[in-house]
Amino acid sequence: MKPAAQLGWRAALISLAIFACLLLVWHLATAPKESARIQAGASSASSSAQDEYAKLMGKSSSAPVKTSGFPGLAQMGETMRKELANPFYDNGPNDKGIGIQLGYSLARVGLGFAIAALVAIPLGFLLGMSPLMQRALNPFIQILKPISPLAWMPLALYTIKDSSVSGIFVIFICSVWPMLMNTAFGVASVRRDWLNVAKTLEVAPLRKAFLVILPAAAPTILTGMRISMGIAWLVIVAAEMLVGGTGIGYFVWNEWNNLSLTSVIFAILVIGVTGMVLDLVFARLQKLVTYTE
Amino acid sequence: MDKAFLTVENLNKRYTDDAPPVFDKVSFGIAQGEFVCIIGHSGCGKTTILNVLAGLEAPSGGVVIMDQREVKGPSLDRGVVFQSHALMPWFSVLGNVVFAVRSRWPDWPRDKAEQHARRFIEMVGLKGAENKKPSELSGGMKQRVGIARAFSIEPKMLLMDEPFGALDALTRGVVQDELLKICSATHQTVFMITHDVDEAILLADKIFLMSNGPRARIAEVVVNTMPKTRTRESMHHDPQFYRIRNHLVDFLVHRSRRIQEAGVEDAVTRVVTPGLEEDKLSQAVA
Repeated sequence: MKPAAQLGWRAALISLAIFACLLLVWHLATAPKESARIQAGASSASSSAQDEYAKLMGKSSSAPVKTSGFPGLAQMGETMRKELANPFYDNGPNDKGIGIQLGYSLARVGLGFAIAALVAIPLGFLLGMSPLMQRALNPFIQILKPISPLAWMPLALYTIKDSSVSGIFVIFICSVWPMLMNTAFGVASVRRDWLNVAKTLEVAPLRKAFLVILPAAAPTILTGMRISMGIAWLVIVAAEMLVGGTGIGYFVWNEWNNLSLTSVIFAILVIGVTGMVLDLVFARLQKLVTYTE
Repeated sequence: MDKAFLTVENLNKRYTDDAPPVFDKVSFGIAQGEFVCIIGHSGCGKTTILNVLAGLEAPSGGVVIMDQREVKGPSLDRGVVFQSHALMPWFSVLGNVVFAVRSRWPDWPRDKAEQHARRFIEMVGLKGAENKKPSELSGGMKQRVGIARAFSIEPKMLLMDEPFGALDALTRGVVQDELLKICSATHQTVFMITHDVDEAILLADKIFLMSNGPRARIAEVVVNTMPKTRTRESMHHDPQFYRIRNHLVDFLVHRSRRIQEAGVEDAVTRVVTPGLEEDKLSQAVA
């Protein structure tokens, strides 16, 4: 076996071991404690009214009572199975499947991100090619960049008057900066030699932009896009918690209000996995445009 | 001097106002089909002169006239081979040359441009490597692609900035032969910077010697008195080779500095033919 492959296997083995440890810790931490069991035994002669109350609270009196309300592995598995078995159900505004909610969030991120790319990449070209514009626009960028995207939310809600579009606007505003900065940097640092080749060949400006500058700056631009996508995926959850209605962020908040911690944990996992997949997609794209000199 | 194809008059360049110019009162002419090498120590402004000829840099004073037209800005009439080959790594070998061809003839359909490009790739001996990326090529092969690219636009003049500087001695020899073959076949006018005295003797019809900077100038024009049929393998058996070689090395070791110290007052360019007219060596020609 090649050493590299061997390393991969060993790493996977350790990852699995760590995962198993985490599950074990979770299981032990949520397992019913001795004292709780005694208490449960003492109160076993409770009235049927108390049973009824317990049922209403989502707890069955027959199930072991837990000191902490944190769900155990079995409950978690049950929720995951139920959510994954039917991810696209729609029982009205407050009860939609995880797939539908995820779809809303992805659509918002995709739209906001796409608009940001359409604005940031051409503007970044301008900044990268013209030191004058770079200087002129720099103060605006420096002030606007550090603003938390959620701070725009009230303004967006007031002017746009639509919570869904406001969410898209917030995604736009948070993904525009890394793309803008990276495009400007990538375009400004295209190797002098290549520009000189284009000059001596009297290449027309548009042809130069698409055949020389764009491929030369593409790896840097894609780095910017990857960072932007990461930030956008962070922000969408918070934004949807704030505006509500639909989306994975709203799903988390709604399940919290339902006190369904298993659903919250499940949603957290889904957010993590989706974020990872998005990052992988951009990593792949980045690899496609990277060149070796 | 015969009717020059390229004329340079009183060229000078200063980068800061308070410093003396890097080079001053540089004048020379190159005839059509002539191969000229320019030799001088680092910092005498060889590359700047080449960039001015290419139109990539503006001189502080003086004019360059090529084919009865003043050189202002880059042009497809002058092909440039860069020291660092400057191939675009996202294009294949063919893509790099096609990019140049389509810049020269934008109206050509894709397959005609490709055919044209293939001809030049074959000319530099890279047939079969058309679809490789520059990163998959050796240094010598990259430089050959650079040469193919420069030739493919069929420029009136070829400018080369130490094209073989980064190559090992063996590869350099092979590519030099390639270049010599192409140049004699196409009667290309060439202006080339080099640090290698042997390379200059092999390739050039005339060798320009620059004094040290600042205030560098072209102190001597050495006419290559060896027969045109010289080859890399045999030329060092010709006694004439050493006469020229010694003359060049002597210049680089002693005279280049002495001329600079003497100042610009004595700004004449001497035409020298080492070995043939030793007695005329001191005769100044304006």
